[in-house]
Order: sequence, then C-alpha cells, then structure tokens
Amino acid sequence: MSISEYFNLLWTDYTLRTITLGTAVLGAICGMLGSFAVLRKQSLLGDAISHAALPGIAIAFLITGSKDTYILLMGALICGLIGAFWIRGITTKTHLKSDTALGLVLSLFFGFGMLLLTYIQKQSNANQAGLDKYLFGQAATLVESDVFIMIGVTGVCLIILLLFWKEFKIMLFDMDYTKTLGFNVRFIDSLITFFIVLAIVLGLQTVGVVLMSAMLLAPAAAARQWTNSLGTMVILAAIIGALAGIFGTAISATQNNLSTGPVIVLVAAVFVLFSFIFSPGRGIVFREIRFRQNRNDLQLKKTLQFMYDIAKTHQNISHPHAIRILNNFQGFSKNSLRKMEEKEWITLKGQEWSLTNIGFEEAKNLYNQQLKDE
Amino acid sequence: MNEKLAISVDDLTVAYNYKPVLWDIDLEVPEGVLMAIVGPNGAGKSTLIKSILGIIKPIAGSISIFGKPYDKQRKLVAYVPQKGSVDWDFPTTALDVVLMGTYGSLGWIKRPGQKEKKAALEALEKVGMLSFKSRQISQLSGGQQQRIFLARALVQNASIYFMDEPFQGVDATTEIAIINILKELRKAGKTLVVVHHDLQTVPEYFDWVTFLNVKKIATGPVKDIFNDDNLTKTYGINYKVAVNK
Repeated sequence: MSISEYFNLLWTDYTLRTITLGTAVLGAICGMLGSFAVLRKQSLLGDAISHAALPGIAIAFLITGSKDTYILLMGALICGLIGAFWIRGITTKTHLKSDTALGLVLSLFFGFGMLLLTYIQKQSNANQAGLDKYLFGQAATLVESDVFIMIGVTGVCLIILLLFWKEFKIMLFDMDYTKTLGFNVRFIDSLITFFIVLAIVLGLQTVGVVLMSAMLLAPAAAARQWTNSLGTMVILAAIIGALAGIFGTAISATQNNLSTGPVIVLVAAVFVLFSFIFSPGRGIVFREIRFRQNRNDLQLKKTLQFMYDIAKTHQNISHPHAIRILNNFQGFSKNSLRKMEEKEWITLKGQEWSLTNIGFEEAKNLYNQQLKDE
Repeated sequence: MNEKLAISVDDLTVAYNYKPVLWDIDLEVPEGVLMAIVGPNGAGKSTLIKSILGIIKPIAGSISIFGKPYDKQRKLVAYVPQKGSVDWDFPTTALDVVLMGTYGSLGWIKRPGQKEKKAALEALEKVGMLSFKSRQISQLSGGQQQRIFLARALVQNASIYFMDEPFQGVDATTEIAIINILKELRKAGKTLVVVHHDLQTVPEYFDWVTFLNVKKIATGPVKDIFNDDNLTKTYGINYKVAVNK
C-alpha cells in the first residue's frame, strides 16, 4: 500500500481512521502540554512519569485480573501521579536537584514495574500475555471509544488552558513574583502536572512507557524554534504533534506494519531536526547567514571609514587615491572594493579609488551613529 | 515622617537548613522613605525581602504592612525580583511582561483588557522603553530587562516597593534613569525598600538605610547612622578607607 492509497483508505477503513485520529489527537495534547514542561525546564518530567506508570498497570492487573484498557490505565494514572508527587516531594524536602529526583523516581518505579511484569508472566494464568505491549505501545489496539476519551480529555485540557492561561504564563515565567501577587502557585503547578500525567497515561497504549516523553518534548522543542510567543508556541506544538501522529501512523501502516509508536517519535524528531536547522529566527542556517552578512557589512563599513579618514584630509573629497595605500588595511579585498562601487560609495579608476558624495555622507553617518550609541 | 509605619517586622527568624539566615530581626520602616538594605553577601538581604513578601516561610516572627498582615495588604505592595531569577529566553514580549503587573488586581481567570494595556504602556514610557514594547525579551540588554521589571512593578501602582538589586549589571545611564524614578516615587509618598550593593552611592541615592548581617545592625536616616562604626560592624572590616576614597 502506498501513502496516497493509505490516505484514500482513511475515509472508508474504520480501523485506519480510528488509529490515525487517535494518534493525531494524542500528538496534539502532548504537544500542548509538552510546551509547558519544556518551558518549566522539566523536560524529563514526562519520562519519569511515564516510567513511573508501569507498576500501576501491573498492580491493576494483579488486583483485578482484568486486561481491560481503562482499568489498567487507571492504575497507570494513580501510579503516575504518585511518581509526580514524589518528584516534587524529593526536590522540595531534600537537597537533591530535580534531575536527581527525576532519575530516582524513573528507575525505581520502572524497575519495580518490570519486576511485577516478570512475576505476572511466571504465573500459570492464560490471561497474562500482552501486558508488555505497554512498554512500546501498540496503536493497532486503539478502538473508537479510546479515541473519544482522548478527544474528551483534550477538550477539558483546552478549556483549562484557556481559563488559566494568564496564571500558567506568569507562573512559568516568574514563580516568586506570582506568589507575591497572591496566586496559589501550588494549585497552578498541580493543575499543569495533573494534565501532563493524564496525557502521558493516554499515550501509553499507543506509544508506550519508553518513548512517551518524546511525544511531549519533540513537538514543543520544534515549535519553540519558530515563534517568540507562548500562545503561538502551544498551538504550533499541538499541530506538529498531530502531524507527527498522522504521518507516523501512515508510514507505519504502509511499510510492512512497522511499529507505530517509534515511527511517530521518529517523524516528530524529523520536525525537530528541520526546525533546528531551518527556522528563520533561531535555526542554524539563517543564523550563520546573518552572521556572515553582518561581518561582511561591518568590514565594508570599516573600509569606508578608513577611506573617509584619508579623503577628508583633502579639499576635494573625491580626490583619487592609490589602491595600494589600503594594502595594510584589514578586511580590504578586490571583492569588497567592487561591492563598495556597487553601493556607489566609491568610484574605481585603474589603480585608484575616490570617495563619492554618497560614500562621504554614509561614512559621516557612521560617525554620528557611533556617537549616539555611546 | 514617622507618624505612620509602612512596614513592621517583629522577631523575624529565617533558616534554610540549620544555620539561621536571619536572626531575630525587628525592623520598622516609616512611610515615605527611600531605604537601602546593605550588608555583605549572605547577610540575608534578599531573604529579608522575600520573607516580608511571603515567598519564604519564616521559622518565627510576624510581619505587618500598614498595621495589617501582608495577605490583606497585597495590593499595596509591588516587587522587583533580581533580574537573574527568571529565564529571559521565555517566549514573550516586553509589553507582555509589564502586563503581568496587572494580574494581581485582576485576580483569577480574568484577562487584561484595554485599561490594563494602557497602564502597561504608560509604565513602559516612564522607564523609557516604549519603543521596545514588542521586542522579544531575550533581545533586550541587561539594563533594558531591569527597566522592564521596574515597569512591571510600576503598573501595580502600589504604596510600598520592594526591589532586589535593581542596579545590578546595568550601565550608568540606566542606573541614573532608575534612581530618578525611585526618587520620583518617594516624592509621591511611596515607600521604597531596595537591596543595594554599592556603598559609595548610598548617601546620594537614599535617605534611610538598614545595615544587615544575619542580625540587624542598625536602621535609621542615612545622615545619622551611615557611618564608619556601623559599616565596620556590618562588614567586619574597617571601612573608613573604602568609603572615603
């Protein structure tokens, strides 16, 4: 099946449509909330929480004996929240830094979860197989009701975001100041964390414990490159997340059923890479171009200033001078002289140059500008 | 001048770990003064401000603003944090940061409207930053960022201003611009409490001073108590030479 066939099938094939819609919505909500995680400098929070959710799945199965998605994910949610709560507890109550707290919680909970999974596998219960799909996710198991729940959660999350937009923004920027204005920062913080945990748990079925954090970070990191406004960043991250979901699913479905979660994450990574290189404001390419242009520009102006100093000692500013008197001057080359001629700052004649009126005025302005800046 | 107390601190003690950062501070600040808090590094100057503002929870002591607890007087108080306390690469503009000064009076959920925007623009103009209103904050110089923080506090239209090292890392032009605004505020009857590092400028800028080094060494009018004796007590070395140079 080719990609275009796939997109045609989307309209008729129930399974494909469900999975694509599910991954798109998941990408959107993760992108939105991921922006906050990134700006809070808690990029690894998602990683820690998703790993922390694993024992919840195992415990939920051990208690209920059921493999119903909602029961298992409820376990994941509770365990993920406990993990998030511990992370905060460790950072506020001890001297450990937040990266240490995240690492501790991540490995502790994940180790415990793996232990429980192997314990469950050793049991002679025919029902036990398949829990490990939450490690790497399995998008094919998405059904319509899952997608409705995702849409519902995304909707609620969106409403909360719009309601508390101003509070989220100010807390992300300046926590102490927010406190002095009388806002309950613990409440705002808990609200963001709760929704991040919720989004992660929603993604476990599709993307899995191990790769879930990339769903949060990649769209946000890519979006940050293109904008300097928080609102645009959140919207852009949601769009990039959704596109990663759609194209990831399309590629995985058309290429011998590659595992969907990893493909989505790779597509998101391509977005990140592209943004890092090509975004106009912060991308590597344009930064380099601007840097070179600036350098060349300054070199030209410096040469002009040097010529101005020579020219102004003469009555007639356009008095011709030999090019070789510039020989000891840095940044001067045949090429730069030609460029200056193009700008009509100077005229070249044989082995001599002379300043034009335009060039003279330009050089004078350079001086004035410098004086003003000081 | 001292009919009315703007700030009154009683028996304030603060500790982060085991060692106290502030020990048994009693402090009374009359209304309408421009006060410097001076002291060596680690003397607890920022901590004192943060404790008064409720950012840090003290171990003991009480604080009142115009005779009432801080919680009830929030709207009378504005805060300029240290510039380095936030990430200036945050995706937002200068105007947006100044608008944050209106969030407190707006309360939960309500968004700033035309009235708030007008106030923010006026504050930007006051600090000479109006033409930078749409500038991404990471593209501002250190001095400009400091002015933005000052404008954000001005928008709060408070009676008491707490400022944590507003002159740190700014050039001479910005320093003069800022001190002129502070003096103007005092003329308008506001009370200003400023953590300050440059002892040379204390007599020129301020009319009231508090010497702090974990304990309160002295507090009062600059002309009465800004002397070698108190400086030596606060900094532990003889300051005569340094100040008179």
